[in-house]
Amino acid sequence: MAEAGVFEQILDHSHRADPYPLYAELRRTPVARQPDGSYVVSTYRHVAALLHDPRLSSDLRSEEERAAPGQRPSMLRLDPPDHDRVRRLTMRHFGPPHTPARVDGMYDELAETVSRLVDDFAGREQVDVVDDFAYPFPVAVICKLLGVPREDEPRFSRWVDVLVGATDPNGELKDTNPAVVQAIIDFRGYLAGLVATHRKEPGEDLLSALATDAGPEGRLGDDELLGQAMLLLIAGHETTVNLIAHGVLTLLRHPDVLQRLREDPELSIRLVEELLRYEPSVQMIPWRRALADIELGGTTIPSGSVVTLVLAAGDRDPDAFRDPDRFDPDRQSEHLSFGGGPHFCFGAPLARLETQLALTEFARRVENPRLVADPPPYRPSPVLRGPLHLPVRLDGVAPAARRVARPAPEMVRQRTPAEEDVHARG
Amino acid sequence: MRVVVDLARCQGYGQCVFLAPEVFSMDGEEALFYDLGPDEAQRTKVLRAAAACPVQALQVEGKDVEPGRASHDEAREDRAADRGSDRVFLRSGRVVVVGASLAGLRGAEMLRAEGFEGSLTVIGDEPYEPYDRPPLSKQVLAGRIPADGTALPRLRDIAATWRLGTAATGLDMMAKRVLLADGQEVPFDRLLIATGVRARPWPDEDEAALEGVISVRTRDDGARLRELVAAGPRRVLIIGAGFAGSEAASVCRSLGLPVTVVEAGDAPLVGALGSVVGRIAAGLQREHGVDLRCGVTVTSLDGDPAGRLRRAHLSDGSVLDVDVAVAALGGIRNVEWLRGSGLAAGVWGVACDAGCRAFDVNGLVTDDVFVAGDVARAPHPLFGYEFLALEHWGNAVAEAEIAAHNMVHAETGRWPHLAVPEFWSSQFGVNIKSVGVPSLADEVVVTQGSVESRRFVAAYGFQGRIIGAVSFDHALWLDFYKDLIEEAAPFPPAFPMVGGDGMRATPAGFPAPSVPTHDATVVVTGHEPSERRAAYVRQRRDASPTPLRAFRQAQPRKPG
Repeated sequence: MAEAGVFEQILDHSHRADPYPLYAELRRTPVARQPDGSYVVSTYRHVAALLHDPRLSSDLRSEEERAAPGQRPSMLRLDPPDHDRVRRLTMRHFGPPHTPARVDGMYDELAETVSRLVDDFAGREQVDVVDDFAYPFPVAVICKLLGVPREDEPRFSRWVDVLVGATDPNGELKDTNPAVVQAIIDFRGYLAGLVATHRKEPGEDLLSALATDAGPEGRLGDDELLGQAMLLLIAGHETTVNLIAHGVLTLLRHPDVLQRLREDPELSIRLVEELLRYEPSVQMIPWRRALADIELGGTTIPSGSVVTLVLAAGDRDPDAFRDPDRFDPDRQSEHLSFGGGPHFCFGAPLARLETQLALTEFARRVENPRLVADPPPYRPSPVLRGPLHLPVRLDGVAPAARRVARPAPEMVRQRTPAEEDVHARG
Repeated sequence: MRVVVDLARCQGYGQCVFLAPEVFSMDGEEALFYDLGPDEAQRTKVLRAAAACPVQALQVEGKDVEPGRASHDEAREDRAADRGSDRVFLRSGRVVVVGASLAGLRGAEMLRAEGFEGSLTVIGDEPYEPYDRPPLSKQVLAGRIPADGTALPRLRDIAATWRLGTAATGLDMMAKRVLLADGQEVPFDRLLIATGVRARPWPDEDEAALEGVISVRTRDDGARLRELVAAGPRRVLIIGAGFAGSEAASVCRSLGLPVTVVEAGDAPLVGALGSVVGRIAAGLQREHGVDLRCGVTVTSLDGDPAGRLRRAHLSDGSVLDVDVAVAALGGIRNVEWLRGSGLAAGVWGVACDAGCRAFDVNGLVTDDVFVAGDVARAPHPLFGYEFLALEHWGNAVAEAEIAAHNMVHAETGRWPHLAVPEFWSSQFGVNIKSVGVPSLADEVVVTQGSVESRRFVAAYGFQGRIIGAVSFDHALWLDFYKDLIEEAAPFPPAFPMVGGDGMRATPAGFPAPSVPTHDATVVVTGHEPSERRAAYVRQRRDASPTPLRAFRQAQPRKPG
């Protein structure tokens, strides 16, 4: 079947740098049955409809798995009403209605952190935008927010890499792979230790708040809490790394836009929305299942089928966006890149603010940045897609804007070669 | 700066609250409150919020973008001038818009967006530039924003002549002139009627004149009611538990005031949502300490010698000491000025076709007169071509844009108004949203969520087809139901859903058409066949337009 072939090609790493022509081909069959019986949905209106379709479940566990004790999945893999309760309890400490000002209140600290990272470019002819900028920034932020010691990054980054690798439908790392199972056990064990510490001596961070919550709805069960903590730590930086890296890449490919951003920092607001549409960090959601026969675009998705929603293909759909392959920061769009419906990205506001700040600071201060390789090498996952490295040459660094006096954040650590190896194998 | 949120589109993602927490806030889990006129210092944050909105529901003045979806983009490309329209009219025609509220403003803006370069006159009876009404019974009453802080953002420069504070008093179709209260006449080539609805006043004139007796419809009402409430009345009486009344009750309770709500029907919101969902709303009111009395009416209001409201007498025999009485009795369509014009205008509004072109009394469609907003009644194909008059914010915008578009387009370029109706209300910390026309339904079923938690979706059916849906803090599911309504999908839905527990459909409990309910949100044709209210007056061909008598013709018009 031709359309199945297209999706297989998309999963193939050789097309990672530019999957968009294949997405265009994929959209010709908006609801495409795959050889394994799953369905791939790729047009804007059908993806948008399914994100809001209550006949689609995010919980792929069997009845037995659901009944078994232990290891509760994160909200990502739960349906209402469980999903809604877990999300509500987690949101209590992160955003509206109970903690509306948390993300906005992080602004100065985010600006400070990203500014110091650019300070460190001084005196260098070449930097890796991934390792030196796009990665350390959101990692520092999420560690601070969650209350995870920054120096533990080498430990958890291994588990993160294994788990991100497990999202690759084409890869060898499936959920049942012993390496994945072990990574989850180790990760949860590590987080359980942290939660115990925070419960004893609560700080201002999110894990402390979740571990000691005394709200009217009670608090998350320990097992639920670990699932949430793991999700927040991974999703809290992984996708933002890719967004910032793609942002720099896209700006360097569009020098006119880079110049506009230098002159008008406010452009970053719309620019990041367009970047989300143009290079979504989450390219597809491969873990939905039909609870009923769903008739869509002339095709019936049978009850029980696994459904993949290709957000990135929908975001380039010419029926929804004029001239969709053009990067146009003046565009106003309802892109799909944070999903939609009850599973809409939990951390979207933070990711937006981080990326707006990172790109503005990069544009304003890095002098004459040039790509060393275009396209850059890509990480393996077709689901969480992003450059592995982004080497950029530069002529220098402009001084930082006047900063609020603040204690310097901890030094940002580079990955060791061994970690790098794990990362590359992902 | 000025901001308005299309809350019919809002699904409660809260992204704006995260990014501009001083301007936007949540009342409960989903309902959005916001400042329509935030300080300029908030500009960057508001722009962040507007860009981040997943459904692009924020409209910010001076952002130089148009609201809404791709259709607006198409509109720009599909310029009237290129579609065989009358170029002379586009360049130098005269358009008059009567009604300077949401529909009038958005209609005028759309005309300019569509390339109309002629003269534009906007006539309004209130002295104020267009403002947003929904906040009057919410943020304004709560004291979060002043009544004069509700001006609507201008989405583009409309270069209009404004005739504010002067009501239109007549329409001369033959001479194509609008007559004004000050005796002046304004000539037009094409006319947009957007005169909306006014509050139905308390029926006893003397009692209505007591200080403390008030409606909530205009900016002046909003300012006055806020003053009354801020003065710390002993008790606030709300007469009528429709949306406006229920919202006012909610805010008064949140201010800690004792509140009695008196509703003639058997539950709050019964006219719009039926008694099954109305009973849930009743529970909400009582939980929040409202003294809710259903099946009860106010028989009279007493004042003191100084003309201040002191007491209310109820049909259950009780007497209440009250200082404020909010008459939330629904609306009256502003059609009196059209009497004698020859247009099909009556208590249900001004009838028009699906392209917002007005009908005359003989059922002929006019070429140059368009209608939009609360005062318009248009046939809707999804609802049996019933003529619907919808008092919904989003409907006013959609009709205004369609009327303006059709005003400047030749026949083949015109748009029909086919949008599924949507509205919202926030009360007692719950965001209530509706799609379709629940009030036409005979049955209802809770499909997702739970009534106990007050987070649910209820689907409404009519003769085995889904016709509407209502959510309590579950707005992000409603688009799915909207699609089902458009497809006329079977009712009750017979498939499993996340968060659903398969409840059975029950009668929806709408009052019979003859029972008056306050504050209906939709008016349909409304006549039983036996109830023939209008007389057919055969007209001689040379006669001038007849007074409004043949509003609803019983027989087809015969030649000669």
